[in-house]
Amino acid sequence: MSETVHRPYPGWNVLEKWDSPSFNDATREVLRKRLQEVPARRFFTAGEWPAVEALCDTVLPQDDRADPVPLANWIDATLHEGRGNGTRRADMPAPPEAWRLGLAALDAEARARGAADFALLGADARAALLRDVDAGRLRADWQGLPARRFLRNLVMAEVVAIYYSHPAGQSEIGFGGPASPRGYVRLQPGRADPWEAPPGAWEDTP
Amino acid sequence: MRQFPDREEVDFAIVGAGCGGGVLAAKLAEAGFSVVAFDAGPFWRPLSDFASDEREQEKLYWLDPRISGGDDPLEFGQNNSGRAVGGSSVHFQMVALRFRPDWFAARSRLGYAVDWPVDWRTMWRYYDEVERACAISGPANYPWGPKRRYPYRAHEVNAAGQVLARGAEAMGVPWAPTPLATVSAPRGKSPPCVYRGMCKIGCSTNAKQSVLITYIPRALDAGAEIRDSAMVGRIETENGRATGVEYHRDGQWRFQRARNVVCAGYSIETPRLLLNSANGAHPHGLANSSGTVGRYLMAHLNDAVWGVMDEEIRWYKGPPSMACCEHWNYTDDKDFDGGYSFMSQGPLPTDFARTLVTNEGVFGHDLRRQMTLYNRMAGLKMVGETMPQASNRVTLAEERDDFGLPRARVAFSHCDNDRRMQRHARDFMGRMLKAAGGRDLLETGATAHLMGGCRMGDDPETSVTDSDGRTWDIPNLWICDGSLMPTAGGVNPSMTIMANAARIADRIGALAAQHEPERAHG
Repeated sequence: MSETVHRPYPGWNVLEKWDSPSFNDATREVLRKRLQEVPARRFFTAGEWPAVEALCDTVLPQDDRADPVPLANWIDATLHEGRGNGTRRADMPAPPEAWRLGLAALDAEARARGAADFALLGADARAALLRDVDAGRLRADWQGLPARRFLRNLVMAEVVAIYYSHPAGQSEIGFGGPASPRGYVRLQPGRADPWEAPPGAWEDTP
Repeated sequence: MRQFPDREEVDFAIVGAGCGGGVLAAKLAEAGFSVVAFDAGPFWRPLSDFASDEREQEKLYWLDPRISGGDDPLEFGQNNSGRAVGGSSVHFQMVALRFRPDWFAARSRLGYAVDWPVDWRTMWRYYDEVERACAISGPANYPWGPKRRYPYRAHEVNAAGQVLARGAEAMGVPWAPTPLATVSAPRGKSPPCVYRGMCKIGCSTNAKQSVLITYIPRALDAGAEIRDSAMVGRIETENGRATGVEYHRDGQWRFQRARNVVCAGYSIETPRLLLNSANGAHPHGLANSSGTVGRYLMAHLNDAVWGVMDEEIRWYKGPPSMACCEHWNYTDDKDFDGGYSFMSQGPLPTDFARTLVTNEGVFGHDLRRQMTLYNRMAGLKMVGETMPQASNRVTLAEERDDFGLPRARVAFSHCDNDRRMQRHARDFMGRMLKAAGGRDLLETGATAHLMGGCRMGDDPETSVTDSDGRTWDIPNLWICDGSLMPTAGGVNPSMTIMANAARIADRIGALAAQHEPERAHG
């Protein structure tokens, strides 16, 4: 899968505002840790790890990034710390168990498609497999785990929460990034403050 | 801050320091009562503690799981559940709307659900009071309902709000700058809003007039104690009266004696606490002789329509909902009961991405491509009144939390009326967004806010408390939060919860002045 994402804001990097009034000390401390202290694997086993990485790479491919956001490590940290989101569906086990069941089921789905396991599938085949799972076209036993909900509400929701709170993901979409104590002045359509991304280079209008 | 020893019998132990408990604590302390308000969450100092970071600021939400079931399971956490002094108002999006007057008599005037045990004129006076206390910034002429006057001028409407305005004009319905609880001019220690757009993850400049910024300082000035990071697990009773609360703080269980106990933990934690306080004299939980505790839980329909605009909107700037439309709250020619409002949108990146993946299942390069349109998106999202249903309820699960308390189990299912409203709103918002120039429209579903769970009423057989928030069963046990709401209304609930709390505070004061010893402290 070598498709490239059209980037309307090439060169925009929210981190360039690090020393500006858009960043306060609390934000700098949070982002310093996120950028410099990537947690090591503690929750997943070495055997599970390739599947976690392959899954992250399928949900949010970063083949165009020299320095990809370490999605799998942050998912691992969330599970290791037992951090919840306030909700557990009555038909879902707790996240640690759901992840282990889900990874095993993805491997079983891969085997049902003739591969040794999920991580060994090519990118296109992994994407096709996830589309099957999302559509309920299951070939393996998910042991009672609701497959689509696992995929959307645990895996995908967690991956995007990490990616788009990372400066790399924020810069890619032209988000203004941290904004405190300085906020914004120009609120009108098509207007931007000098400390925002310049107007996007769009393929269509505008 | 004044501090009370556990052994001292305080006049009021209030469980929860948000829109209900925070307002009540301030007003009771100002009336001369001794007050300790407990909150399970921390006492944040926004200027130094809040980062501009969605992931970090999840610390404002109640992240401990509720077990969520039924046909349409609710999502908690960031949707509706705060865990901090100031409660959900620390992360609310500041939309400060009032109920339509008829909703307080929904059954007698509009023919659905139930009446409130309070007259709308009374509530109207208290809306005035709390809107002044929170210095609401709103338009000089609000198009719907009886006249009101907002203390601060309306904010300049951002690009996302102008999309709503354009659509409304094309559809021939009124719109308004949303009345907002963030100041448009300096006020005390609050600078005017700087439009950083991160209201949902906590205001780091203190422009937002949350309960943490408004009523909590008043409570402290009047001698109340705010006991933070204190999880109340049980209310004790003896001879038909509440005697105090058992709470966990600094690694141990303690007991605070009190002449009156007030539950103000909102629609999940208040029923959970009452149910978990069951004892020999109250085997089904406190205040539950009617079997109503935990029932008639409501949420708001929060369906949305999103579209790509020709121009850059950059909806991350300014409060997320700067323009609103209450047309369908005040128009009765429709195929469903109740009403809905809708507002312009400005979700932060991970919030919007999560909406995309959970609703659409979009992933891979398609996801990244859709997200690159972030700056050109606009959206309209409803706040729709669901019907009170006895089967939508909070109970206790077998499973226990880290304090050893049973987790809350919540069952929620929509009824046919909810679905008709949902279809109506999606259709109308979709046509409106298209009329405003939106392309490639996308619909998403969600719920927001919580109401009910311990409703007040005139009949002890079908409600938990009387109109003063006093439980029918235990004369010195009160409820003062959104769980009291008999109906949900089609607007964000914060102002109604606060107005009701301000009203209850005055009622308790009046009862005490009448020397009703078995009632409030006299």
